[in-house]
Amino acid sequence: MNGFDALYAKAQERIEVLSAMPATKEESVEQMLEKRGIERREFMKWAAGITALLALPSQFTPLFAEAAKLADRLPLIWLHMAECTGCSESLIRSDAPTIDSLIFDHISLEYHETLMAAAGWQAESNLERAMKTYAGRYILLVEGGVPTAMNGLYLTLGSQGRTGLELVREAAGHAAAIFSIGTCASFGGIQAAAPNPTGAKGVEKVITQPVINVPGCPPSAENIVGTLMHFLLFGALPALDRYNRPKWAYGNRIHDLCERRGHFDAGEFVENFGDEGAKAGWCLYKQGCKGPYTFNNCSTERFNQHTHWPIGAGHGCMGCSEPDFWDTMGPLEKPIESHLVMGVNSTVDKIGATLLTATVIGIGAHAVASLFVNNKEEKES
Amino acid sequence: MANRRVVIDPITRIEGHLRIEVEVDENNIVQKAYSSSTLWRGIELILKGRDPRDAGLMAQRICGVCTYSHYKAAVEAVENTLGVEPPYNAKLVRSLLNESLYMHDHVVHFYHLHGLDWVDVVSALSADPAKASELAFRYTDFPIATGSDELKAVQQKVKGFVEKGQLGPFANAYWGNRTYRFSPEQNLIALSHYLKALEVQRIAAQMFALFGAKQPHPQSLVVGGVTCVRDILNPSRLAEWKTKYETVRDFIDRAYYADIVMAAEAYGGEKSVLGGVGVKNFLCADAFLLNRTEHLFQSGYIKNGDITKVYDIDEMKIEEDVTHAWYKGEKPLQPYEGVTEPDYTGFVDGDTVNGKAKVINGEDKYSWVKAPRYDKEAMEVGPLACLLVNYGRGNEKVQKAVSDFLKRTGLPVEALFTTLGRTAARMLQTKLIADNAIETFNSLVENIKTDDSTYTRFEIDPEKEYKGRFIGEAPRGTLSHWVRIKEGVIENYQAVVPTTWNAGPMDANGKVGPYEASLVGLKLEDPAKPLEVLRVIHSFDPCMSCSVHVMDMKGTRISEFKVAPQSSSAAC
Repeated sequence: MNGFDALYAKAQERIEVLSAMPATKEESVEQMLEKRGIERREFMKWAAGITALLALPSQFTPLFAEAAKLADRLPLIWLHMAECTGCSESLIRSDAPTIDSLIFDHISLEYHETLMAAAGWQAESNLERAMKTYAGRYILLVEGGVPTAMNGLYLTLGSQGRTGLELVREAAGHAAAIFSIGTCASFGGIQAAAPNPTGAKGVEKVITQPVINVPGCPPSAENIVGTLMHFLLFGALPALDRYNRPKWAYGNRIHDLCERRGHFDAGEFVENFGDEGAKAGWCLYKQGCKGPYTFNNCSTERFNQHTHWPIGAGHGCMGCSEPDFWDTMGPLEKPIESHLVMGVNSTVDKIGATLLTATVIGIGAHAVASLFVNNKEEKES
Repeated sequence: MANRRVVIDPITRIEGHLRIEVEVDENNIVQKAYSSSTLWRGIELILKGRDPRDAGLMAQRICGVCTYSHYKAAVEAVENTLGVEPPYNAKLVRSLLNESLYMHDHVVHFYHLHGLDWVDVVSALSADPAKASELAFRYTDFPIATGSDELKAVQQKVKGFVEKGQLGPFANAYWGNRTYRFSPEQNLIALSHYLKALEVQRIAAQMFALFGAKQPHPQSLVVGGVTCVRDILNPSRLAEWKTKYETVRDFIDRAYYADIVMAAEAYGGEKSVLGGVGVKNFLCADAFLLNRTEHLFQSGYIKNGDITKVYDIDEMKIEEDVTHAWYKGEKPLQPYEGVTEPDYTGFVDGDTVNGKAKVINGEDKYSWVKAPRYDKEAMEVGPLACLLVNYGRGNEKVQKAVSDFLKRTGLPVEALFTTLGRTAARMLQTKLIADNAIETFNSLVENIKTDDSTYTRFEIDPEKEYKGRFIGEAPRGTLSHWVRIKEGVIENYQAVVPTTWNAGPMDANGKVGPYEASLVGLKLEDPAKPLEVLRVIHSFDPCMSCSVHVMDMKGTRISEFKVAPQSSSAAC
């Protein structure tokens, strides 16, 4: 049996398991789609899109369609920690006419402070009930970093004044799977940038259970939905990179599939924002683009229903799906080339495409980044 | 009988983490109110020592809902600091993005955050869809998403939820509360618009992303200009913006406006929404560049609800008080002069109408939000302030919009000074922006015929010290960022944010801020299910995550003002 066949068999087993689980909704996805006037053909097209997004062969399409129909077996609890709500905003931008969001309707969203009607005691009781009723079955999604300084008291939630840290630990204890949505929940994010006044950390640093990180500031709706769909279909963690990011979304460098890559290879760079190179769509490396060190699918998926993305709009990538990028990738609008080549003071023109790709990337963005931090520390001390 | 305490934590359907507590007397009338932000992140402190060009992208992470507001504020604060004048095209693009943002943000606020305070979802089930469809014509000549077939489908969908007791995000709320005043048919119309608005907001976000790269958290502004030069020189992109703009504007005219007219009719006699303006001072700043000389809204402030006199803002009269905020400090300080250190005292054990809880000790400190004051007085900021100040200023566009609305609804001018008025003002501001954004767009199209510049080059002299600020408007009100640059890096950064003005705690003189003042006198049907409180607080559109701030270094006096140390805080 080859790898895909094994995966296929696993997915089939998973669907049997899901089918045997009690539904949280009586209305089936078919009925829901019918009510919304969505034809099966469109639904299958969506399933094919998810399959392609997850880099799986097309024979998985019917399985995703099947899994989506069983989405209500997995109730969701979404917790907000130290955050800006940008990830929730990203989620509600998911595709119109919105099979993604229909699936979200169908998934039982038991607790989400931005969207729920109840507040105060009524909201708290919804959370308690969901954690109890669906213990061991729910998916926990966390948005925001977790403050740990001062025993976590930089964030309290609820009438009993519990800390975010306590709450996330409790919710994690009964979850079937835990997803950190966004860079803050994944790695601490903006509040964890130096000097990290509140001791903010990513969720995986404060609990013992395995976590899937879906970083980005914010991550695209596709990456959030795709991660959920993958879990739904396989019931297991996807292939992850060393930062626990799903490889299907974070397996490629922005740089590798960038629409401006040809200009990088040709040595055509924007020298100043607004110059002739900028008007011609040349490479933004010299304006600090961190695409060469950033792993994400923005170059192909873009944002807001594929409308646009930072490099397309003439601004470099800032590396927002990488750990500690605020500290390691700054200044954001300057290249970090002097640090890239291990002390060799080359200009980007001299480095050229080959050297940068082969050598610099070869040593790894994070080695580079940590070198940069070390230098900074030496300088300060 | 002693007053009883009501604790609402979390206040949901807002941005961030907010706790509201009220004390009610034996008649369930609110005697005292406390507003507490329960999260501190310290972003201004994090900005210190960084490249000033990074301020925009970092400050933007203060908030993902009024996303862009802090990006633009920080970029323009740094420009002001360095004396950089961006090209006209860049100014227009920034204004266009701001207009696109408001058209998104206010629609989402009314329908998805505030809407469920006005609309009883369960009541919509008993509506007659055919009657509701007819009724929709009462509020606009061209209703949208209210065909009887559409309304029937909406009703079926919700019926499915309710009958199975699986309300999901609608579970365990306040359905049936007597202060819900829409008829079943009116509820059904609004519910249909709730769903339609989910689609429309995606289009509004795309409209923004065309020049902003993405939404939330755009990435096309830089100190000196904008980066989206290829987008504004691309005719098909310009056309795409216009098409999406028209779709969103259409919804604002035919649904948002109509639903507020409907609310004015249904809630015109509901006492719990006819108070809610306790602080009668209002402040706003210039916003929305339309052409080379004109902003849609102009700055100023009014006192004691007297719109016949509008005063100019003297930014030196802004100070912040930390008497009841979780920071150290003895007296109110100008933001530039303060020295802030966290001083968390937490909550105390207490009894509430729902049982034992941790509660606020009103004698002590109780919030991460400071209390900004203008000339010692609390000020309300936001759409209502913007409209009142501009009405008083004689802004013809605003006067016409307000008069038309009052005429259409038969409400008196006084009705503006209410919770209902605050919610209506947000809609009117949205409509004014939607009606006038096309002028900004046309100015841009006209200008790029002869001028394609989008960026002004500049140098930062490491030998020099700089200081400057931005004062403008964000969706929730007046926003200012203050920055000082030394040795080429940020020496000091502070943000005084709309929700700080509105949500701040009591000051040393016992004066309370707009949130707390708005709740006193409010009667609750059932203090254990305090829907009326949610409705009043949501009318401000709280945005707590902006609860940032605090620099802990010593203030240094430079040139005409002292820049400071600590800052201020919280929330857009």
